[in-house]
Amino acid sequence: MEIYGLGIIAFCMFAGTFIGNLLGELLGVKGDVGGVGIAMLFLVLISNYLEAKGKPFPEKTAKGIEFVSSLYIPIVVAMSSIQNVVAAFSGGAVAFLAGGLATIGSMLLIPLISKIGTSQESKK
Amino acid sequence: MVANIITKLFTSYGLVGAIGIVALIMFIAYSIADAIGQKRMGSAFAIIIGLILAYIAGKYTGGEKGLSDIKLFAGLGLLGGGMLRDYAIISTAYGVKLENLKKAGLVGVISLLVGVAFSFVIGAIVAVALGFKNPVDITTIGAGAVTFIVGPVTGSALGASSEVIALSIAAGVVKSVLTMIITPIIASVIGLNNPTAAMVYGGLLGTTSGVAGGLAATDPKLVPYGAMTATFYTGLGTLLVPSVGFLIIRAIFG
Repeated sequence: MEIYGLGIIAFCMFAGTFIGNLLGELLGVKGDVGGVGIAMLFLVLISNYLEAKGKPFPEKTAKGIEFVSSLYIPIVVAMSSIQNVVAAFSGGAVAFLAGGLATIGSMLLIPLISKIGTSQESKK
Repeated sequence: MVANIITKLFTSYGLVGAIGIVALIMFIAYSIADAIGQKRMGSAFAIIIGLILAYIAGKYTGGEKGLSDIKLFAGLGLLGGGMLRDYAIISTAYGVKLENLKKAGLVGVISLLVGVAFSFVIGAIVAVALGFKNPVDITTIGAGAVTFIVGPVTGSALGASSEVIALSIAAGVVKSVLTMIITPIIASVIGLNNPTAAMVYGGLLGTTSGVAGGLAATDPKLVPYGAMTATFYTGLGTLLVPSVGFLIIRAIFG
């Protein structure tokens, strides 16, 4: 059933953010360290494991998961409509330069660091 | 009378109303994209329309949560809020191949460390250049350039003034909004077209909403890779900036 797919994501989300929060407590940081990433890792591990065993998710379960991911872009659009855009534009020069230069600089670093990744791969 | 009924519908069916509104925004955005022959830009346009509406609503209400501060559109706060966003982000991991993650694992970690340090240093340099002299202020503004969560967390930990904390949040919001807008434009220039680059991108930029929006507008297939590293960024920032970051800044400007 499709709901199994939705439930599997829910399970991964709770397990992942539980570990993320635990990690946060252990590191003395308030909140969640990488919970969503850990949850994603669980989903990757479960689905890859089942596929390797030759028993992937039933078609309807997979459909449930795909349904949620098809909602991803609409959810992002809703998210963009509730951002504090006014604050971004009225933060003045400090906010604009600090945020803007950090963004553009980080973008320009991407090819540099990706290159480290690909050169490592070719060494193997 | 009619207006009352409509208001009642929107407030009691908040989430459903939000789904309808987003569908309408996306329909308009994809129609524009289609009309100018740029079908792939549809989601980028939809995100930009969302941001414009958020700006207009913010001006109109004076609130901080864009359209959702208008009573009729409160449901957008649920649909676009952290819970469903994270739920949907996790679901995108389905279909990701483990080998791709392993391949980019180390470079993902490197990009996270470089990303937090780089944004913090840039933010701190801007703060110093614009006349901030107190190490607490410099650190807090630098933290804001990391993300709009790291800024206030650092600021309150170090006892910064509320004006400086507000500035740090604004810097983080600039980063997140700018990331959504410029990612699809700059993607081909910076080689953002494969899983490894997407993981590096997530690790360097780190703003969850910016990365989520930017990748959605660029290539939805890359979303899980970028989102995976980005989700560690804020945690790493809140760990490193108020501790190591502040010590370094204090050693230089203290």
